[in-house]
Amino acid sequence: MPDLEPTPGQTVGPFFGFALPYPGDSRLVPPGSAGAIRLHGTVYDGAGGPIPDALVEIRQADASGVVPRVEGSIARDGVFTGWGRAATDPGGRYVFTTIEPGPERDGEAAFFAVTVFARGLLDRLSTRAYLPSPALDADPFLAGLPEDRRATLVAVRDDGGLRFDIHLQGDEETVFLSYPPRS
Amino acid sequence: MTSSTDVSAVPADEPLDQAQITREIEEIAATARPGEAQPLLDYPPYRSSLLRHPTKALCPADPEAAELVAPVFGHSDVAPVEADLTIQGTGDPIGERMVVTGQVLDGEGRPVRGQLVEIWQANAAGRYMHKRDQHPAPLDPHFAGTGRCLTDDEGRYRFVTVKPGPYPWRNHHNAWRPAHIHFSLFGTDFTERLVTQMYFPGDPLFPLDPIYQSITDPRARDRLLATYDHGLSEHEWQLGYRWDIVLTGNTSTPMERADA
Ligand SMILES: [Fe+2]
Repeated sequence: MPDLEPTPGQTVGPFFGFALPYPGDSRLVPPGSAGAIRLHGTVYDGAGGPIPDALVEIRQADASGVVPRVEGSIARDGVFTGWGRAATDPGGRYVFTTIEPGPERDGEAAFFAVTVFARGLLDRLSTRAYLPSPALDADPFLAGLPEDRRATLVAVRDDGGLRFDIHLQGDEETVFLSYPPRS
Repeated sequence: MTSSTDVSAVPADEPLDQAQITREIEEIAATARPGEAQPLLDYPPYRSSLLRHPTKALCPADPEAAELVAPVFGHSDVAPVEADLTIQGTGDPIGERMVVTGQVLDGEGRPVRGQLVEIWQANAAGRYMHKRDQHPAPLDPHFAGTGRCLTDDEGRYRFVTVKPGPYPWRNHHNAWRPAHIHFSLFGTDFTERLVTQMYFPGDPLFPLDPIYQSITDPRARDRLLATYDHGLSEHEWQLGYRWDIVLTGNTSTPMERADA
């Protein structure tokens, strides 16, 4: 089969709020359960203003580094599926209740895969929220980034969780990723 | 931020009109790189994009760990009735009843099986069931405008709905969006995540719409058009549209226009 041309993306627009969010979307584990943390942050525009109509999605491994392949992200009946969705509030903030992903192999860096959508953003953006850890220094992908931009991919530990702000533009612009065509 | 289109050229006290936006659209089209498969994120005619696009190039990354595995959805997540947007109220919605169906494929043409497809849309009058849509067109108590389904073993999705109307927005004076249905899709890798919009053939608003025109390659733009398929229409019941979707993930799209 010859390679097919991709369907282009388009902005999520201003009106996704009645369609994409659903009860439990950002709750990958029940709040207060063993190992539960808050992964949270603010999505900013290029003038440093919060974006109140953005949508953030995460995909992650469990604590042992295994990425779940089980259904139930909408049903949310107690199964950890490793995927979640959070719309930003009027202050541009998003919050997930989840667990920290483990690395695939001991000593490696672990991250949340993050996708960002927003009104005004014509296609989705992909990035990574790495857990702060000594393993980051040895990570080949991070080592290949300009030093002053590396920190935009590392979540910051705070009270009860991890903070990961996303800057779509500006001096603190988050590093966004492209992936090679799949073979 | 570099940009070939000087948006400050319009005096602040004059309403920004369609002629100015169309001029900007045409200027960018004239210098765009042929074959650009994705929308330009830096696209000034869509005013809301000005502060909401990255100015630095995307960093190439080899997908790892969670990026290699799309989330899994199943029948515990999605009920079959969610694919019919015409039965969510207590009566029939107003509008042209239609079925829209197609196949979700990866770049090699393999079907994306059992995967979640979500849609949302305006009603036949062009009004969303959303508190932020306040334009004076009627809401339809029998039409919410959201649907979900899972693709089948051939990667096929199928929704029954009514055709959405075009609607005004505030990008510029007298701005109208061509009729469209918003689609949210997952592939087999998480990197293939896609949110897009499906349009209807022959819409006179296409050349005027900065969101549609942000995809500068006409062939790529055409890939967002459903085709009318009479074989899907049903006698005295509904019209049929077909739209196939190809998910390849975000592959090294340059961030800047050729002239930027
Ligand atoms: Fe829309």
